[in-house]
Amino acid sequence: MAIDLKMPALSPTMEEGTLAKWLVKPGDTVKSGDIIAEIETDKATMEFEAVDEGVIGELKVAEGTEGVKVGTVIATISGDDEPAAPAPVAAPAQAPAPAPAPVVAAAPPPPPAPVAAPAAASVPAGAAMVATTVREALRDAMAEEMRADDRVFVMGEEVAEYQGAYKVTQGLLEEFGPRRVIDTPITEYGFAGIGTGAAMGGLRPVIEFMTFNFAMQAIDHIINSAAKTNYMSGGQMRCPIVFRGPNGAASRVGAQHSQNYAPWYASVPGLIVIAPYDAADAKGLLKSAIRSPDPVVFLENELVYGRTFDVPALDDYTVPIGKARTMRAGRDVTIVTYSIGVGLALEAAEKLAAEGIEAEVIDLRTIRPLDKAAVLESLARTNRMVVVEEGFPVCSVASEIISVVMEEGFDYLDAPVLRVCNEDVPLPYAANLEKLALVDTARVISAVKKVCYR
Amino acid sequence: MAQPAKPRATKAPKPKAAPAAAPAPALEDEATFALRSLQQTHANNKRYDASDEELLHFYEQMVLIRRFEEKAGQLYGLGLIGGFCHLYIGQEAVAVGLQSALKEGHDSVITGYRDHGHMLAYGIDPKVIMAELTGRGAGISRGKGGSMHMFSTDHKFYGGHGIVGAQVPLGAGLAFAHKYRGDGGVCMAYFGDGAANQGQVYETFNMAALWQLPIVFVVENNGYAMGTAVKRGSAETHFHRRGTGFRIPGMDVNGMDVLEVRAAAEVALEYVRAGNGPVLMELNTYRYRGHSMSDPAKYRSREEVQEMRDHHDPIEGAKQDLLRRGVSEDAIKAIDKKVRQAVAEAADFAESSPEPAPAELYTDVLVGTY
Repeated sequence: MAIDLKMPALSPTMEEGTLAKWLVKPGDTVKSGDIIAEIETDKATMEFEAVDEGVIGELKVAEGTEGVKVGTVIATISGDDEPAAPAPVAAPAQAPAPAPAPVVAAAPPPPPAPVAAPAAASVPAGAAMVATTVREALRDAMAEEMRADDRVFVMGEEVAEYQGAYKVTQGLLEEFGPRRVIDTPITEYGFAGIGTGAAMGGLRPVIEFMTFNFAMQAIDHIINSAAKTNYMSGGQMRCPIVFRGPNGAASRVGAQHSQNYAPWYASVPGLIVIAPYDAADAKGLLKSAIRSPDPVVFLENELVYGRTFDVPALDDYTVPIGKARTMRAGRDVTIVTYSIGVGLALEAAEKLAAEGIEAEVIDLRTIRPLDKAAVLESLARTNRMVVVEEGFPVCSVASEIISVVMEEGFDYLDAPVLRVCNEDVPLPYAANLEKLALVDTARVISAVKKVCYR
Repeated sequence: MAQPAKPRATKAPKPKAAPAAAPAPALEDEATFALRSLQQTHANNKRYDASDEELLHFYEQMVLIRRFEEKAGQLYGLGLIGGFCHLYIGQEAVAVGLQSALKEGHDSVITGYRDHGHMLAYGIDPKVIMAELTGRGAGISRGKGGSMHMFSTDHKFYGGHGIVGAQVPLGAGLAFAHKYRGDGGVCMAYFGDGAANQGQVYETFNMAALWQLPIVFVVENNGYAMGTAVKRGSAETHFHRRGTGFRIPGMDVNGMDVLEVRAAAEVALEYVRAGNGPVLMELNTYRYRGHSMSDPAKYRSREEVQEMRDHHDPIEGAKQDLLRRGVSEDAIKAIDKKVRQAVAEAADFAESSPEPAPAELYTDVLVGTY
């Protein structure tokens, strides 16, 4: 009896992949541990091993096929005279049920494109657009800035030979060589300090943290060394550095690997804090960040890396730091959000529109300095506001927005401002608990209805 | 596939030309790893052969640091200097001897919070240093840094850092920039025996050795990490050995003799400038005053301090050297007088300069406008 070989999930966030290469052909005998195929995920190329002995039957998916969903049957293997026991297939991941994994619940498909983006649209009319993933956009931003300025270099764990733990630095080593794309040991405090010192010495480092959770080891240099020294030196000690990497909850990686640090860094004068959502902003803002004479904390999101958006095909596309963007116009209520929250807010807005509530969605893009004017201007029109943030609720960016509204927008308000954040608990591992802890569209919709008294 | 980003250094530094009489390196080191070669080179020529003029200059710089620090102590007592204030009295030969071997404006320097002496040794105007101590707008950091946070990028002096040990990776970053640009510069990163126990120091040793960064790590071992004697806080009290695990050669240097310091600096710098990677120097010195102005110094005896002052003082030592060379007592007195004058002027300037304008509160937070 034939056993189905299914497309394995090779990372917590993988939903599909490319079947890069078959290393067997029908009729080949394989034993446990033999490499059957190479599968390219959004992060890396992985070898797919056999776990059973048998003879390869049919190859159901051709070599080079992209977008093969996790759980798809890619080949069959005959059970070598043995009765076919349903065995787990994917050696690297050992996922219990590969198909509709909880991954999908935590990473909804990209929401509909923005209805209108009137504010801060710095793209000239008629510019051609290229569909680009956020991951590629970030890489392109670094590559363009490295081509333009020899002082720019990239340093971090696995950024060079591994091609980036999340593949963001893919191809940089090949183009720029080991002088400018530098693998570090696992030593965040040390390399954050070395990067900061290099910036003080006149270079323009881009320091990648594999995730911002690990930057906790390095936060002393980000805050005490990078953010404060210009002030303490009366303006002598410049520190043009970018600290970047994924931030916020990924998918079922537990509490230590799932935290949004935007409020932490945004509380520190002397830092710029950026958290883009789509690919165009990721590219344009990272380019601006690298050129900034100030230290920048650039917060990405792993769950968004693989999403595809339009990016203007311009030679030098930059987005100004400190300017929010209206992602969707609406007259009834303003949803203020950033990073992955933008996707949730847009999805909620679509559903609310079907119920006759037109929500305006504002993507803050830069958390510090905060574009208060954009928030207040929208509030002046809608008179109602909900803040959506994938992060803890206490002392959050949402708290800050609400404070700004109390101080400077109180007279515009027709209802209290509500925040929709994660639950106030460390992020749990269990799929159901994680889902309960994280912000979602339903909670956004419910909060919007509440402030609209509907 | 791409090449390895950082091929490990397999070539050993060329052995220094040691006289035939010198014993062979200890057998526990593999033949290619010259961990102690620099110490031997230093031992073979312990004191720098300074001209009278040079030694007079070293003497003047050391006296300037001492008189300046004494004055800072007085101003602190009068309430004119606030916050933390860490004096360099007793350690003068370290900064003066090491700085004298650097190429000014080419090599970079970074240190911790006990930074006044280093700045003076670099020739930075005592007026703007003292005015920073009194928190005046004319201070080198416009009154916004204070004792622990002073910088002069013109002199390639990069601070002045208040977090114990932070200057070590920052210094490696400066060294990284020298290597990246290929400008031939070296970074000298000073830290204390207390900072030598910080984890980030060893993260930095690893990367500096791995990437062969042009950096001299200088442990100023003054015997006490605040109030904790070295032997109470350090399992390995010979700090020059602490690079061993990273293949960084160490040097054990008498930090109370400016000529020994200078001679050792030349050995270290020659090694680093030749592209061999970092050196770890331990400068054994002594701080006569407390850790900071608020230190009651209950952790050591008066006799211990007096013994150092009476028998190991770097300024008195240099003075005796000068007299032995036949430099006149009058010439030395003239320097003392000149220094007292300069320090008095710095103090007057620092007391009479206005405080920063209130608008300075909001400047220099960010460089760009957004």
